[in-house]
Amino acid sequence: MGVIALRMLFGDRAKYLGLVFGVAFSTLLIAQQGGLFVGLMLRTASVIDDAQEVNIWVMDPQADYIDTVRALRDTELPRVRGVAGVDWAVPFFKTNLALKTLEGHIENAMMLGLDDASLIGATSRFLLGSLEDLRRPDAIAIDAAGYKRLWPGETPRLGRELELNDHRAVIAAITDASAAFTANIIMHAPYSRAIAYAPQGRNQLSFILARAAPGRTPDDVARAITAQTGLQALSAAAFRWKTIDFFLTHTGIPISFGTVIVLGIIVGVAVVGLTFNIFVAENIRQYGALKAMGLSDLGLVGLVLLQAAVVGMIGYGIGLGAAAGFFSFATEGELRGFYLPVWVAWTVAGMVGLIMLMATVASLRRVLVLDPAIVFRS
Amino acid sequence: MFAVECIGVEKSFGAGQTLTRALRGVSLQVRPGELTMLVGPSGCGKTTLISAIAAMLTPDAGTIHVFGQDITRMRSHERTLFRRATVGFVFQQFNLLPALTVTENASIPLRLAGVAAAVANAKAAVLLTRLGLGDHLNRFPTDLSGGQQQRVAIARGLVHAPRLLVCDEPTASLDAENGQAAMALMRETAVQPDRTVIVVTHDDRIHHFADRIAHMADGRIVDVTENRIAA
Repeated sequence: MGVIALRMLFGDRAKYLGLVFGVAFSTLLIAQQGGLFVGLMLRTASVIDDAQEVNIWVMDPQADYIDTVRALRDTELPRVRGVAGVDWAVPFFKTNLALKTLEGHIENAMMLGLDDASLIGATSRFLLGSLEDLRRPDAIAIDAAGYKRLWPGETPRLGRELELNDHRAVIAAITDASAAFTANIIMHAPYSRAIAYAPQGRNQLSFILARAAPGRTPDDVARAITAQTGLQALSAAAFRWKTIDFFLTHTGIPISFGTVIVLGIIVGVAVVGLTFNIFVAENIRQYGALKAMGLSDLGLVGLVLLQAAVVGMIGYGIGLGAAAGFFSFATEGELRGFYLPVWVAWTVAGMVGLIMLMATVASLRRVLVLDPAIVFRS
Repeated sequence: MFAVECIGVEKSFGAGQTLTRALRGVSLQVRPGELTMLVGPSGCGKTTLISAIAAMLTPDAGTIHVFGQDITRMRSHERTLFRRATVGFVFQQFNLLPALTVTENASIPLRLAGVAAAVANAKAAVLLTRLGLGDHLNRFPTDLSGGQQQRVAIARGLVHAPRLLVCDEPTASLDAENGQAAMALMRETAVQPDRTVIVVTHDDRIHHFADRIAHMADGRIVDVTENRIAA
């Protein structure tokens, strides 16, 4: 009977296309907004994610997330190094500052200061130059997207000069650092040089980056650091989630994206539900004829569910393809780094399944209570 | 043994002031190898009775035996299986599926019985050819005239060789010529010694095709007349 179900579905071309469009539109809306939301949340923790060799972050006890920098005293660094289980610990500086190109272009940038000796805490992705090039005089690294923003249309090259708070800086490397939440230009420099670029304050130590000794878990060592120093120490994974959680609970972003996603679901249920209901209503005599000729209630339900499932799968495929196309072709520049995670695609599939189920409930009821004697009525 | 035997069948719809007693103790015997017509004014209970005989409606009281089986005692799924195996239908509105070809439409009862598509279509094609639709096997119902559609409906009603063929106003959507032709076809192909045909009709121009005519009024059989037709 599957073939008959599909022929009935495809035979009513206008409603079939309407149903597929409804599902595809909902899928596109949910997947695109879901992908953007996930991408945006992951951006909030991009600095943490890029420092791959670090598995413990130490900070002021009041720090809520990566951007609430409350500088530590320099004396905290040796204290952390003295905690049992700490393999190594290095200083890390993070600030925002104004930069100016020689052409007079002014932008805001995120400056990350890396330990002078080890240069730990930077991204590992260098497109031009290398981490070691930061040891040269006035050397800084800038991310490729930032370079493009400062000099649009120009091929990236090393040796260009910038002014950072009236200090000279030379681009010695170009990185592929993960995009930050605020889409600032991301720069790396050795610690001592980075704090010289920034406005002076009493304390400059933003974070202490550490690694647990072999055989110790980051969480255990982080607890030991907190117990011994009174500082807030978190494993990289925990700090990452704390940062994401801050944005989830302290901004309107989830509500904003969530509203669009809910609207996508509502539109899907409304459009698909109404269209499917009309489709079933207009074919009710055909369902009745099949029921009269001996198609069981289960068979009828299967028929309707198969039609719904096929519409759902085709619409989902088109909608997901469109969303993937969006992320493939429209994510240059400010939207760089956004993508459609597989788990988002699966979640959207579940939502589309839910939409189809909700949309077919009324139709299923209609065929289940269908009196086969309807076929005898003119 | 009667092909169909109804004894004291009653059926009401609604309740209270809207209560309608559609069947009021109907008793009727239909013999195998005959074509029986149910006639009477609109609202006299013909459709309700035929629905009950075709196991689509459960009576409130009374019994209905079809080829020895008491269908009033059957459960819902048993009635479904009974209809699938024993009953063929020809509807007034044809109720063909517009997205299926003529052959596919005619083969539906076989497909419901689990027959493979190729076999079912082949059997349907043989019958359709016999009914004069051999040139239209792969066309769609909307491409056909009313008379041709009715022939497809007749083929669908007969393709699985049901012992009971139930026809509801089979000529109502046809002109006089096509109506006579459809009835002649039905009489020729459906009336067999081990089968029976029941036709509900308002069309007195086709009464001469009946072996017996049961007259209904106000939910009762008021008269049954023998109608010895020329073979």
